[in-house]
Amino acid sequence: MADMTVEQARKGGAGSLTRFLRNIFLRNLSAKIAAAPMMATVLVVFVGCTIWTIWYSFTNSRLLPSGDFVGFEQYQRLFATRRWNVSVTNLVTYGAFSLVFTMVFGFLLAVLMDQKIRFENAFRTIMLYPFALSFIVTGLVWQWIMNPSLGLQGTMRNLGWTGFTFDWLTNPRMVLYALLIAGLWQGVGFVMILMLAGLRGIDGEIWKAARVDGIPTWRTYLSIVLPMMRGVLVTAVVLVGSGIVRLYDLVVALTDGGPGIASEVPAKYVYNYMFGAGNIAQGLAASTMMLLTVMIIIIPWAYLEFGGKGNRK
Amino acid sequence: MKKYAVVAAMATAFLSSTAINAAELEVTHWWTSAGEAAAVAEFARVFEEQTGHTWVDSALSGSGTGANPVIISRIIGGDPMGATQMNTGRDAEELIQAGLMRDLTDIAEELNINEFYVDQSLLEPCTYEGRIYCFPVNIHSWDWLWLSTAAYEEIGQPVPTTWDEYVASWPALEEAGILPFGLATGWPIAGVPGVLLSGIGGSELVLAVNRDKDVEAVRGPEFRKVAEAMDAIRSVVSPDTMVPAFADVGNQILAGEAAGNIHGDWLQGDLQVAGGVPGEDYECLPALGMNDQLTGGGDAFYFPVLPEGTDPEVLEAQTELAKILISPEAQLAFNLKKGSMPIRTDVDLSQANACMQKALKLLENGLLPSGDFALSSDTQQQLQDLNIEFLGDDSITVDDYVERYASIIETAD
Repeated sequence: MADMTVEQARKGGAGSLTRFLRNIFLRNLSAKIAAAPMMATVLVVFVGCTIWTIWYSFTNSRLLPSGDFVGFEQYQRLFATRRWNVSVTNLVTYGAFSLVFTMVFGFLLAVLMDQKIRFENAFRTIMLYPFALSFIVTGLVWQWIMNPSLGLQGTMRNLGWTGFTFDWLTNPRMVLYALLIAGLWQGVGFVMILMLAGLRGIDGEIWKAARVDGIPTWRTYLSIVLPMMRGVLVTAVVLVGSGIVRLYDLVVALTDGGPGIASEVPAKYVYNYMFGAGNIAQGLAASTMMLLTVMIIIIPWAYLEFGGKGNRK
Repeated sequence: MKKYAVVAAMATAFLSSTAINAAELEVTHWWTSAGEAAAVAEFARVFEEQTGHTWVDSALSGSGTGANPVIISRIIGGDPMGATQMNTGRDAEELIQAGLMRDLTDIAEELNINEFYVDQSLLEPCTYEGRIYCFPVNIHSWDWLWLSTAAYEEIGQPVPTTWDEYVASWPALEEAGILPFGLATGWPIAGVPGVLLSGIGGSELVLAVNRDKDVEAVRGPEFRKVAEAMDAIRSVVSPDTMVPAFADVGNQILAGEAAGNIHGDWLQGDLQVAGGVPGEDYECLPALGMNDQLTGGGDAFYFPVLPEGTDPEVLEAQTELAKILISPEAQLAFNLKKGSMPIRTDVDLSQANACMQKALKLLENGLLPSGDFALSSDTQQQLQDLNIEFLGDDSITVDDYVERYASIIETAD
């Protein structure tokens, strides 16, 4: 299915441009009028502010946006700053692990939940509950649990396991995984609910057909059900992904970037330099880089997802 | 009928409240630790007693790094408070230049502030094009080494009188299971290099680095000693012994769990609130017991320009608060609680404790410009990042540290 989309996207060229334009302006005219205020908001607030952000990242503005044009100076400084480079590496590591684990655990939990178990409602509520907490609360809770002297490690040692060590929060090499634990605890339940909805959306007839053909259950899940849940999967990836890029509050509450700068993230750099250090241009340069990263991921995906569909009709 | 009664009651309430001519003035500050809160309450008390206006207290958490951004964005965003505390220094520089702060020159001339300000350099950051835009209310200094009497009793050694003696006592302290250097996470480490700079490096080095931004001085042998002292601190501090807030270190010192700490004089306010007596429960060494001058900055009050159509009563309240903050009575009450030095020369400080007396003596030699006084907040943030990273990562050598410090000073403004 994905191959077909690529193929069609490639074929769609200048020939379909007029049809494309006519589609844009005339089809569903009333709906377009109704959506006009929202579109204006998007243009002014999102697009307008984005352009403003990018423009001022090329100036030497400090506390107030009023500086002179200085070219790529802010970006040169940005990439010469160790804290920024560490932040980017951290986000990539955290993001990769977080995306994979949230999706895998979310799906597995949803499959388990889908086995017509007793007290499903109760389990579902329990699993979803962490998602009702903000990242700040999550961070504080896990800060206590993972605090070496007061939390899990202290408790186990007091119980007699004197060799028990769980000091990830104060260990620069492991602190990212401590963040990951807290992040997963908070986010997996939500992905599970999404996946469960996807699973419930699969027609029962398909299960019966698979059983008649003697296909093992795990195989049915992997080869039939999962591809049919494509829409849900895409939604989950987008939601989890956007959560990763803006990762900030969890870090502030759990580690505040420490120990040292071992758990710094880009959003925190932006905030610190824009507001704490009163250097707007430096903060905007950093946020422009964050935007660029998101664009690099989103644009090819959106092209495949939406560009392909338009040509199919 | 009932409706009319309510309206009438409201009208009377409204009329009577305007009749007293009292205004509510919102004051933001980040004095949230026990000692600081007690000190700012003195300002509020004197203000309310003498004017009948109401002090609406908006304490913000997170100190300079957390609260400052909130204050600045409120002023820039068009939601100014009646008055706000900020550090004396360059944080508000651009706000003044942009005309967002009220011009206090008339009040300054009326009170003739040049007569009584203890050090004229304090007013420099408040002055722009010959006009005065803020009033420093105290002088505070980072340059203090706090030592625990209890900890030294336990290892049977006299309490050190210089930095070198203190460092020499670390092995014995560690053996006794006492933390040689207590430290809170986050910004407190950022002030330590400045203290080492004036204590170990001396006054000339402070002027060369902070005022003249002299890169060669940073690369020189004197600064290297400072970097080595940072390295020594790093060797006895580890992330799992760090506490969440600087006031907790004060408690560790009183309890004898930590032997010492470099922190600003506002720690003393907390030591007092916790019942500590200088000379008995703790000792204080200004400038690490090695220099005869202190680096200092302080806190200043700014009065944002309020939007058109603000009740003139509020403007009047601003004026009165400005006068009261630097009046002898408020200065004395505030600074005794805060542990900082008053900005007036004519305040009777015979009630001040032993530590403050030491500081007053050093103050006579003139004040050195501290980092947060002389460097822009951008440069301060870069130095803070470097210091936090250095402390947390043993693989950064002293040479790297010096080189990176130098490159920040090179681009500093």
